[in-house]
Amino acid sequence: MPLILSIALTHVAGRLRQSVVSVLGVTLGVGFSIAMAALMEGSQHDFIATLVDAIPHVEVTDDQRDPPPPPAATRFDAVNVIGARPDDDTRGLRNPVRLRAMLASWLPGRMAASLNGQAVLRYGGKDVAISLTGVDPAAHLKISTIAEDMRAGSFLDLAANLNGLIIGDGVADKLGAGLGDTVAVSASSGAVRRLKVIGLYHTGVTQADDATGYTVLKTAQVLFSRPNAINRLSIRLDDVNAARAIAARVERMTGYRATSWQEANEGLMEVLVVRNIIMYTVVGAILLVAGFGIFTIVSTIVHEKSRDIAILKSLGFEQSDIRRIFLAEGLLIGLVGSVLGSGLGYALSLTLGSLTFEVKTEIELTSLPLYYSPVHYLIACAFALFSAGVAGYLPARRAARLNPVDIIRGAA
Amino acid sequence: MSASETAATSNHGGPGATTEAGPLIEARGLTRILPGLVPVTLVRDIDLEIKRGEFVAITGPSGSGKSSLLYLLGLLDTPTSGEVLVNGKPTHLHSEAKRARLRLSTLGFVFQFHFLLPEFTVAENVMIPMRKLGRLSHDAMRDEAVGLLSDLGLADHVDKRPDQLSGGQRQRVAVARALANQPPVILADEPTGSLDSKSSEQVFEILRDLVDRRGKSVIAVTHDLDMAARMDRRLHLIDGRLAAPPAEGV
Repeated sequence: MPLILSIALTHVAGRLRQSVVSVLGVTLGVGFSIAMAALMEGSQHDFIATLVDAIPHVEVTDDQRDPPPPPAATRFDAVNVIGARPDDDTRGLRNPVRLRAMLASWLPGRMAASLNGQAVLRYGGKDVAISLTGVDPAAHLKISTIAEDMRAGSFLDLAANLNGLIIGDGVADKLGAGLGDTVAVSASSGAVRRLKVIGLYHTGVTQADDATGYTVLKTAQVLFSRPNAINRLSIRLDDVNAARAIAARVERMTGYRATSWQEANEGLMEVLVVRNIIMYTVVGAILLVAGFGIFTIVSTIVHEKSRDIAILKSLGFEQSDIRRIFLAEGLLIGLVGSVLGSGLGYALSLTLGSLTFEVKTEIELTSLPLYYSPVHYLIACAFALFSAGVAGYLPARRAARLNPVDIIRGAA
Repeated sequence: MSASETAATSNHGGPGATTEAGPLIEARGLTRILPGLVPVTLVRDIDLEIKRGEFVAITGPSGSGKSSLLYLLGLLDTPTSGEVLVNGKPTHLHSEAKRARLRLSTLGFVFQFHFLLPEFTVAENVMIPMRKLGRLSHDAMRDEAVGLLSDLGLADHVDKRPDQLSGGQRQRVAVARALANQPPVILADEPTGSLDSKSSEQVFEILRDLVDRRGKSVIAVTHDLDMAARMDRRLHLIDGRLAAPPAEGV
C-alpha cells in the first residue's frame, strides 16, 4: 500500500468512532438521495406514461403553424396590403391517402386518421358539449389505450354500429344517460343524428372523461358535413422520447402543424423540471451536510496530528505529500460512505417498492413507482466524493502549510 | 549489519555526494529574524563549516538560538538572509519540495522528543523515510530497518509499538529512523534532553559511534556542557551570535 494511504488509514482508524459517524453521514446522504431519485424519477415516468398513454404522441392537425399570407402579399413584395383577409380555406388534411403514404415510409410507429369537431349531446333536456371524434375503431386502438379504460361495452363495437356512440363516464353522468340510451347529437353544421350509447370509458383524466366522445368516422363526416374528410392524424411512436424530433420532421414535410405530446403539455414538463431541480437541491444539501462532518473530522485529525505532520516534514515529506494524506482521509470517508450508501439506497428503493398504498384518487396508485438507474448512483456517489474531496482539501491545505519549526518548538 | 557497513565505506550520501575535501554543510552570513511588530532575531551572521566525520556540539544558554541554527542548517527553516550550502551547493533558491527531498536523502533529524508515529510499529517507523524515498523493495526496506535497529540494540523490539518501549529505547528508534536513508549528516536537537542519565549515555555513545565508525557528521544541540566537552568541536551561541565557548580547551 502506498505510504501516504497507509498513514491516512491509521489516522482515520485512530478516530474510529468519529470516522464511523462521518461515514454514516455520507452513507445516509447517498442512500437517501438514491432512493429519493428513484422515487422521483419513478413517479415522473409513471406520470408521463399515464399522460402519454392517454394522448397521441404526435398529432397532425389541419392547422398551419404560420397562417399563409394573403395572395396579394406574395405576389407584389413592394405593396403593403392592408385589411386583406386570408383565403377561405377548405378545412381538413388534404389528400389523406397520399399524406399517410408519405409518412408511412419512414415513421417509426403507427398512425390513425380521425375527424374531430364540437358537438352537443342532448338527453332528457340536458345539454353537454363534447369534443366528438370520428374514428376507424380498429385503427384507433392501435394508437390509443382506450380499450383498457372501457367501463362498459367494447370500443370495437363501434365498427359494427354506425349509430353507435362511446362517451366518457363523466359525460354520461352529466347527461343522466346510460348504456343503451339514445342521445341526440347536434354538430356545429346544424346536422342532428340520434346515436345510441354503446360504451363508456373512464381514463382518469377528467378533461377526457367529462368532455369527449367517439363515433365512427363515417358518422362524424356526415354530422360535420365533411364527406371523406379527416382533420387529424394521430401518431403513436415506438419511442416516446423521439416525439419532438418526429413532430418537427412531419411538420417540415407536410406543412401541417404536428404537435408532440411534450409541446401539448409544455406547462407540465416545466413542473417536472422544477421538481427535479428541487430534488437535486435537497440531495445536494444532504451531501453538503455530510461534507461538514468530514470537514470536522479531518480538521480534528490535522489538529491532533500536527506533531506527526512536523516530523514527517522534517523527515523529508513535501507539502504536497502532507496535503495528499489528509485529502486521502476525506476521500476515504467519502468512498466508504458512497459504497455503503449505494447499498442502502438500493435496499431503501426495494423497501419503498414493496410498499402498497390505498390512494383514493382518480388515477389509482397502488404501489410507489420506482425507477432504477445507474445514473442516480453515479450522481450521488460523485457528489459525495466531490464534497468529501472539498471537505478534506481545506484542512489538508492547512496541514500542508503548517511550519514544522513552530510545532517542534511548541512541543519542546 | 552489512548494509550499514557499506554505508560507512561508500559515501552513500544521496544526490550530489561530496568529495572528501569539501565541507558537508556550510553556512554563510546566516541570519534569521522572525517578522512581527517587534522583530525577533534568532540568529545573526553565522558562518560555519561542518566537515565529514565531525561531531559538533552547539551550546549556549536557553534562548540563544541553538535550535534555530540547527533548523536552518537542516533546511527545516529558511534564513532571512545568508545561505546554507549542502555538499557545496547553495540551497536558498530551492523550492520547498526540493529542500524536502534534500532532507530526505542527506539529513537525518533527532529531536528532544522521539516523535515516532504511534500507530506504526518500530520497524514501520524506521521504514517511513525509506518508503518515501522509494529506492528499495519492501523486503529490502524491512531488512535494512531491522539491521539498523539491531545495531542500536533494539532487535527484540522491531514489531512493538512505540508506546511499549522505554524513553531511551524510543529515542534510539528515532536515531534509527534518522539513519534510515543513510544520510551523511545527523542533526540532533537536545537528543538526550528528556532522558535519564543512563539512557542519555547510551544515546550519546550511539552518536559517538556514528561519527567514529560510520563517518557520519553529527551536529547536536545540547545544554549539557559535560556532554559537549566530549564532542569534537563546540559552537557556542550567545544572543544568536557565535562566541568563544566558555572554558574552551579544558
